Amino acid sequence: MFNFEIVIDSLPELAQAGWVTLQLLGVSLLAGLVVALPLGIARASDRRWLAWPVWCFTYVMRGTPMLVQLFLIYYGLAQFEFVRESMLWPWFSSAWFCALLAFTLNTGAYTAEIIAGAIRATPAGEVEAARSLGMSAWRVMSRIVLPSAMRRALPAYSNEVIMMLHGTSLASTVTIVDLTGAARELNARTYLPFESFLAVALIYLVLTFALVGLFRLAERRWLRHLGPRQTQPAAVGLAPSGAT
Amino acid sequence: MLSGFLPTLLDGTLTTLALAGASLLIAVLLGLVGAAAKLSRLRALRWLATGYTTVVRGVPDLVLMLLVFFGGQIIVNAVAARLGHSDYIDIDPFIAGVCTIGFIFGAYLTETFRGALMSIPAGQREAGIAYGMSRFKVFWRITFPQMIRFAIPGFTNNWLVLVKSTAIVSVIGLTDMMHRAGLAAGATREPFTFYLAAAAIYLAITTVSLLLLRALEKRVSISVRRAA
Repeated sequence: MFNFEIVIDSLPELAQAGWVTLQLLGVSLLAGLVVALPLGIARASDRRWLAWPVWCFTYVMRGTPMLVQLFLIYYGLAQFEFVRESMLWPWFSSAWFCALLAFTLNTGAYTAEIIAGAIRATPAGEVEAARSLGMSAWRVMSRIVLPSAMRRALPAYSNEVIMMLHGTSLASTVTIVDLTGAARELNARTYLPFESFLAVALIYLVLTFALVGLFRLAERRWLRHLGPRQTQPAAVGLAPSGAT
Repeated sequence: MLSGFLPTLLDGTLTTLALAGASLLIAVLLGLVGAAAKLSRLRALRWLATGYTTVVRGVPDLVLMLLVFFGGQIIVNAVAARLGHSDYIDIDPFIAGVCTIGFIFGAYLTETFRGALMSIPAGQREAGIAYGMSRFKVFWRITFPQMIRFAIPGFTNNWLVLVKSTAIVSVIGLTDMMHRAGLAAGATREPFTFYLAAAAIYLAITTVSLLLLRALEKRVSISVRRAA
């Protein structure tokens, strides 16, 4: 019934495609963070002229499908002659670059909102205390606000990372052979949709679990102060072992 | 501006909305059943529901969509052959899309509804039972109306993601708005114009949804007193 042999035979291809998926994910997440940090700080700012443009950007990115964003960049930009004749054309004609750009902008927008939310949740007293010690605005941000805000952002960010792992599957619509692309090729070659797509679904599931596990470790390390209090293990109340 | 392609884009928008609406209906039903199963006293039901939400939320929607579309084709034809049907049956992308998206967002709504149900104090349910209401009546009169209020923020989020997810059904050939934008782009060689138009329509749908659901939230929380 289920043709395991096909799946096992195509394992090398799937491993390669898995590496492509991980690269797409890793690069766009890193670049997305670089974009998101300044945007998030601007978005949380009290200055309207700073916060408003960022709100516009994140609203549009979060209100439209990532598939449309990808197609706009990959297929859309070729419409303009000045793009085709510019020095940047070798980049914009590459599916890899366009996919990474679309993914980066998308996750950058979501992450900026997450960071802005975490910054806004900073207790006012902490900022006031830092200011009263004479710290400059920049110092308050880098020493007081960001270290705790980035920790608070961790749980929401882990969701965003999982969403992006799944989002990278869209790369298969612009000719990139990532995990989903490999499954589509396998299905087209063998006409075995269950084998092709279930095998890849399983790989995604494992990757998801691995990422969830990594974030759990990260939270245990960086959010330890929010966990249950580590009191002495009730040494007073508990009888020593053996005695009842 | 859109070289006469606006009517076909708007027609595709109707397909997109119909797809999203039908998927939502299935998702809400699955979400209610899933939430009930997750809060059930039967361990088997809890496990089943947990397996459902874990697997669905761990796999990209595009992969599930392709699995349902291509795999469903094989199953439907195998069943039809058993029943003595000899023609080859093609699966309608609309039906495949509705089933897949409904199935996926049923898992997300399961979590939303479960959270909402859990935020209703148990004492209210007990009070209802003490008055002699049947369990169904307790659900219908006490739990359900309040669940709606608690579920709206999560539901809003789920709905917005659902609407955007419908774009991927164009990959399996449904002539939704996205697909038609692609056709128009090919015919006019103006892909940027048409994908931008598609983006604008999606943005309009999400904006209107957001405003409506915010108004609804205000309406159902009318009894809640807010400080300041």
